[in-house]
Amino acid sequence: MKDIKFLKVVIFLNCILPVVLLSSDAWRGQLGPNPIESYLRTTGVTVLVLLLITLSITPLRRLFGWNGLIRFRRMLGLFAFFYAAVHLVTYSVFDKSLDLTAIVSDIVQRPFIAVGMSALVLMVPLAITSTNGMVKRLGGKNWARLQRLIYPIAVLGVIHFWMIVKSDIFYPTVLGVVLVLLLVIRYIVGRMQKAKVKPTRSASITG
Amino acid sequence: MSEIKYGKNLKDEVTPENLYLNRRNFIRAGIAAGSIALTTGVYRFFDLSVRPEPATTEVVPVYSPIVGPDGETANSLEEISHYNNFYEFSTSKLAVASKARDFQTRPWRISVGGLVARPMEFEVDTLAEFRPEERIYRFRCVEGWSMVIPWSGFPLSRLMEKVEPLETAKYVAFETFYDPRQMQSSFSAGIDFPYVEGLRLDEALHPLTILATGIYGRPLPNQNGAPVRLVVPWKYGFKSIKSIVKITLTSDEPPTTWNIANADEYGFYSNVNPEVDHPRWSQKSERRIGEITMRKTLPFNGYGDEVGGLYSGMDLKKYF
Repeated sequence: MKDIKFLKVVIFLNCILPVVLLSSDAWRGQLGPNPIESYLRTTGVTVLVLLLITLSITPLRRLFGWNGLIRFRRMLGLFAFFYAAVHLVTYSVFDKSLDLTAIVSDIVQRPFIAVGMSALVLMVPLAITSTNGMVKRLGGKNWARLQRLIYPIAVLGVIHFWMIVKSDIFYPTVLGVVLVLLLVIRYIVGRMQKAKVKPTRSASITG
Repeated sequence: MSEIKYGKNLKDEVTPENLYLNRRNFIRAGIAAGSIALTTGVYRFFDLSVRPEPATTEVVPVYSPIVGPDGETANSLEEISHYNNFYEFSTSKLAVASKARDFQTRPWRISVGGLVARPMEFEVDTLAEFRPEERIYRFRCVEGWSMVIPWSGFPLSRLMEKVEPLETAKYVAFETFYDPRQMQSSFSAGIDFPYVEGLRLDEALHPLTILATGIYGRPLPNQNGAPVRLVVPWKYGFKSIKSIVKITLTSDEPPTTWNIANADEYGFYSNVNPEVDHPRWSQKSERRIGEITMRKTLPFNGYGDEVGGLYSGMDLKKYF
């Protein structure tokens, strides 16, 4: 675990892999008869998977003491944002032909678009404040409070997926169950720690 | 590491630096390659975009583009047969073709009964007596995509004439074959089987309504509803029920699968209508398979002149 730089490269490569595979499949005409739909679905699911991995870091640290994982969290979160951006661009260009009025009326009329768009908009401040400089400028406590937006983002993301599925809710359910588990673990471990450190009331900025 | 504490001889046993670095790089390369292979494997397991077809000895003929009556080019057989909603096999449109490959469609009998003077059973290969012809129709799925498909089929009315519907018959109910051993659907398809559909009798007798037995002049591929299916081109695709085994004439509106699953989203009529959105998505536009941007959806899927009269005086927002 000491080889942080190298492991960061490995995680970077694995994070970029889905979009590489997806694009090479698209280039070779391997995305099936409706490539736009494949692109939307794959980028969307990748966002959710990356969000869940990002959210699992704190529980893993608390439960198993794997504190080194914190060094990879920013990259994972930023990749989630990257895939969300690709998802939005694909939708805007190919589904809506960059027609802003059509996009706005979609947000107003389609609850699932509104939910997805809210999740994406909420990700923007997290991405902007992801630099070390921003952590300093905001102060650790404020920064941590702001980054807690990831909970509503993940919940909205799973709901967005749930809402578009016609009748087979298997995958949204799996992602939803994992999300709930992660939130429950976090809540329980958080309470246990609070009870332990109560006398000093030391604030944790790692949340 | 610079000092050797336990005797000078040990110095010879220390791995030389260049070897040490080599080994480290080797392990690094292994970790990187292994993790990428693992991620690729996970991606390919869940990703349904690429499903290599099993090798086949059959020579698939190349067709010159077929142009429909409105100057629209028909989709390719490859597109038509690899993007299918057939929930009995899979809820993934890209996986149906391979999962339906071994579906047994012979022997096959279709029973026609209910409120008819002469209930009959048809062996599927005798349907040729109804003189199938080529019908190039637009096909619009409720999900917002569409194709142009050159069906081979015959008007359902020809079959109806044979069985002689009674005066009391007002509706026609259809049922899809169901065998869970052959049709291993997704873990949670979310709809009940066997799949059932229905039409009003006048819709069923309309000359555009056909029973299709082929595409591009060859027998229907399994994944497209072999050996015989309904095609009602002015309605959303799910009304065009596949792999039919039973046709029953009734006096009351028959239950239909998607309506049972979600009555607010899928009505009995389900005519293609850009003015009535699906509660969760717009029906104003559609993606024609093979095109990357959207095109406008036409009322009654462009067949309004032919079928509009069936619904005169009806509130199509109420009877969606």
